[in-house]
Amino acid sequence: MLKRYSVHLILTLLGGLIVYLAYFEYLGLYFLSVLMFMGVNIILSSSLNLVNGYMGEFSCGHAGFMCVGAYVASVLGVWLFARDRVFGAPLLDPDYALYAFPVIILAGGVAAALAGLLVAFPSYKTRGDYLAIITIAANYIIISAIENMSSIGGSRGLMGMKGVINAMEDTLYLPWMPIWVFLFTIFCVWVIRRYVSSTFGKGVNAISQDEVAAEIMSVNTNKIKTITFMLSSGLAGIGGGLFAYILGYVNPGSFNILKSTEIMVMVYLGGMGSLSGSILAAIFFTILLELLRPLQIIKWIVIPLVLIILMQFRPEGIMGNRELGQIFPRLKKFYRFK
Amino acid sequence: MKKSLLLFVALVLFVLPAVSALAADTIKIGFNISLTGDIPKVGESSKFAAEMLKADINAAGGLEVGGKKYMLDFIYEDNESKAESAVTAMFKLIDRDQVLAVVGPNSSKQAVPAGQIANDNRTVMVSPWSTNPDATLERPWVFRAAFLDPFQGPVAVNFAVKTFNAKTAAVIYDLSNDYSKGLAEIFKQVFEEKMGARSVVAFESHGTRDQDFSAQLTTIINRKPDFIFVPNNYNQVALIVRQARQQGYTGEIMGSDAWGSAELMTLCGDVCKGLHFSTHYAAAGATGATKEFIDRYTATYGYTPDDVAALTWDATNVVLQGIQNTGKLTGRLRADRQAVLDGMKAITSFDGITGSMKFDEEGDPVKCAVVVQISQTGEFEFKESVCP
Repeated sequence: MLKRYSVHLILTLLGGLIVYLAYFEYLGLYFLSVLMFMGVNIILSSSLNLVNGYMGEFSCGHAGFMCVGAYVASVLGVWLFARDRVFGAPLLDPDYALYAFPVIILAGGVAAALAGLLVAFPSYKTRGDYLAIITIAANYIIISAIENMSSIGGSRGLMGMKGVINAMEDTLYLPWMPIWVFLFTIFCVWVIRRYVSSTFGKGVNAISQDEVAAEIMSVNTNKIKTITFMLSSGLAGIGGGLFAYILGYVNPGSFNILKSTEIMVMVYLGGMGSLSGSILAAIFFTILLELLRPLQIIKWIVIPLVLIILMQFRPEGIMGNRELGQIFPRLKKFYRFK
Repeated sequence: MKKSLLLFVALVLFVLPAVSALAADTIKIGFNISLTGDIPKVGESSKFAAEMLKADINAAGGLEVGGKKYMLDFIYEDNESKAESAVTAMFKLIDRDQVLAVVGPNSSKQAVPAGQIANDNRTVMVSPWSTNPDATLERPWVFRAAFLDPFQGPVAVNFAVKTFNAKTAAVIYDLSNDYSKGLAEIFKQVFEEKMGARSVVAFESHGTRDQDFSAQLTTIINRKPDFIFVPNNYNQVALIVRQARQQGYTGEIMGSDAWGSAELMTLCGDVCKGLHFSTHYAAAGATGATKEFIDRYTATYGYTPDDVAALTWDATNVVLQGIQNTGKLTGRLRADRQAVLDGMKAITSFDGITGSMKFDEEGDPVKCAVVVQISQTGEFEFKESVCP
């Protein structure tokens, strides 16, 4: 019984603790922002792992899909619930923001999933390095498109998301952003876990092993690729939406190839095809960036050095392609996670 | 999964809380600047100027507020030229380091989101270099030391019409740089108002990482403009000017304050000599306090300070003036921050090294721009001062 619900219990306790500490302001804003960016990083790295790790493709345009999610969620939220110079008075009563917020974030995810088709279709014919170039192109296309849309700010960026958060807090005061980041992080990890362990998801791994063999074994590779790319970019879109609301401001420059590279670093640090690896790496990377802040310029010598040393001794990443339960079999006694 | 998660949470809770007690006789000021990333030179200039100011004041026994001397403690946070990092750095300064006020971030893409954080958490922030109106708009706690883009457009237009006798103009700008794009649009609007419709004969854009501008320059040169307006960053300026000359263009080229980096002449060399741009201050031919600042900075760090250094010097001095205006610091951070805001608002006129300024109700300064000419020795020589 305990074994069955231990993960739920621990997550509920952890979430409750964060909300409690945030509500009574024991946890400073700085901590909270680091924790929230950690959540977003977990979503991004685990969703990219779906393509780069489980499916064995090489996508380096993940930040582009994040950008779509961020913009769609921001524009929707500002248009519906906040007073803005561009969109004018809020369309709906700001009281509804409380209920609509998760829908807005999910809408960003759906839009990003559709943008994922930009990469999914070419993936039928190409793979490897060529597909990698297509993903970079997709990243550039998305950013350039938004830079040229002056109605949503163009390269100047878009703001006003703070108004939506304020509307939510005015209706009922709770630390809404940490709560939603926490819930969506768990949601994303859960979705990915369910997806790759399902019968359908086994096909994803089959593609990674040998695409031709998979095709012969009656795996519909095109269908699986389409769905996997859409799921991966959709979850990145959710991460992007949350990112936008934490910052309260988005500009296309934040989602360039550098951001994509940062996400990729987290995936390879954790280990390809290991969900718990991606999560640990995202946590580790975020903390490392913050802890080394006092080093200033030297920080960007130390961090790459740590990565090189790590790759030297563990070329497969922290976890390889194994999950936590496989490395510590005894842990399995205590939890079951599907 | 749970064990590691708990371990990491424990790590966050126990390792991060650095000791940050507010010592009785120091004033802490945070600097949210880009020491790494796209524009590290900008952050470095800011830091050097601030260090110099701190050394000056601390050597004199500290800053006097209401008859009591306080030592200055400047805390530099690197924002990596990233928006999200500028936000966390801001949280860290306000929340963990408990600073009294913040100087920075410099570029607008960081100053806009960071300004929101400063305003929400009731801490005075002064951005030395940001020119995006959104950074201070409807944010009583946020100020800036630089004039806005809309002001630099008319300056360039008036100067060009008067000095070059220009009837037509061409513009080349960076589409993905909001500064460049905004300035190009304002310039076009003002020029066409003054010289009639279609007097801007070419309006060409390029990407940030472009190296080859021949297509845009061919279009521009074929339309035979009286001069070309190039509101770009200094690294692109070097390429654009060189390529324009190679294509046989001999006319005038004019730019904006983003030209004013110490590195422009290293990259551009002889071809940039004789050109004009509008900026915040002129290093060559400066007098009084400005000259003293330039000489000392050059002696200490080995190069002429660029406008960011000068603006940081002014921004920090404005903050210190605001602190002195409080009359007395109580040691209670919330009350003191409020007092600093009132002190900032009480500044009627501030005599800085980039000219005298006062703040309007949005926290933007009302100050003069200067047009400088790049001399044959590669110095930025004062040509004309243009006031609003």
